[in-house]
Amino acid sequence: MSGVRDEVTQVGQGPYCVRCGDPIDAHEHLSCVDALVLEPPRYCAICRRRMVVQIVPSGWTAHCSEHGALHGGNAV
Amino acid sequence: MTTTHSTDTAPGGADDTSSASSFAILATAREQVLTGGIGLSEAQVLEVLRLPDDALPELLALAHEVRMRWCGPEVEVEGIVSLKTGGCPEDCHFCSQSGLFSSPVRAAWLDIPSLVKAAVETAATGATEFCIVAAVRGPDERLMTQMREGVAAIREAVDINVAASLGMLSQEQVDDLADMGIHRYNHNLETSKSYFPQVVTTHTWEERWDTLTMVREAGMEVCCGGILGMGETLEQRAEFAGQLAEIAPHEVPLNFLNPRPGTPLSEQTVMPATDALRAIAAFRLALPRTILRYAGGREITLGDLGTRDGLLGGINAVIVGNYLTTLGRAATDDLALLGELSMPVKALNATL
Repeated sequence: MSGVRDEVTQVGQGPYCVRCGDPIDAHEHLSCVDALVLEPPRYCAICRRRMVVQIVPSGWTAHCSEHGALHGGNAV
Repeated sequence: MTTTHSTDTAPGGADDTSSASSFAILATAREQVLTGGIGLSEAQVLEVLRLPDDALPELLALAHEVRMRWCGPEVEVEGIVSLKTGGCPEDCHFCSQSGLFSSPVRAAWLDIPSLVKAAVETAATGATEFCIVAAVRGPDERLMTQMREGVAAIREAVDINVAASLGMLSQEQVDDLADMGIHRYNHNLETSKSYFPQVVTTHTWEERWDTLTMVREAGMEVCCGGILGMGETLEQRAEFAGQLAEIAPHEVPLNFLNPRPGTPLSEQTVMPATDALRAIAAFRLALPRTILRYAGGREITLGDLGTRDGLLGGINAVIVGNYLTTLGRAATDDLALLGELSMPVKALNATL
């Protein structure tokens, strides 16, 4: 479970899944792990706020008004 | 995956391609499309879409021959970027950017320096096309101003064709975009006329058609495709190919539905790879001269092997890098694949 936890919280940042926004312990989040290969995070792992996400061809930025920005590249 | 992917030659060997097909529609297509350059009709496309899986290697090989004969070996590479994301008033059931659904996608505007940077990075991959997209019903004054400033700034920074996709246009907006130097305008019909009301209720298929007509008359290249795997029947898929052939777009982007959370199509089953490949080949046979581009959804529908199959089955253009709300493979991965397939990337001077 720790692997899943790290992936859906973008490496242990908080208690929420960055893909579906549900608490990490609410369900298994296996489909979230799969989806995050081809998607940027949408929810802040710390506070569950929906982040403002900007994607460009070479990468993405996801910004939480309270907890700052995450950055990434292409599909992994 | 059940399709052939290990060789660059026609399955069955080179000798096989000149012999009579055991599938009548393929023999007809060889004569009509490959030799004659006349695309398949709607009824003929339907026959192709109904071919069994064991006809797929021969179908893809024929579609590839048609592409090589009527388009050549070059592949057109494009990058796309979202200038205005989310908060769209329309209800396109596949789209996570509609403000009418409970999608996690929030509204965002890209600033001009970031837009220019994206264009420069896109050009550095060898791409000749950079398409600026906005999630809107149609442009307002603010968006047109951003476009005017953004396109001018891109032109100062880098040599690349700038395309746009900004929804439905007025005649004045069409003229403004042509004046800015937008060389190609994307406006997808999305699906067949008969299925469209199941997918979009806030505007009509005919309104989209009207924008396409104005774009063409203004001298911009027409880019018009859609999304397959939204629940349409094979008959409707064939109908869509026939309607695209009637428009005869310069480019047809083919998307495969990637069901998005919160949208009405979130529970739609992903299209099987074999159906997607049959559709790619069928659309090539309906549109022998068009630029047929891989757009969104190929990663989940086709995977790496299927992507290769499609490039050897009628596709002659790709979107590289990320999409608008989802991620794509790194541009270098696709460029390496094109190199492996000995397919040269179309150069900028060849497109002018």
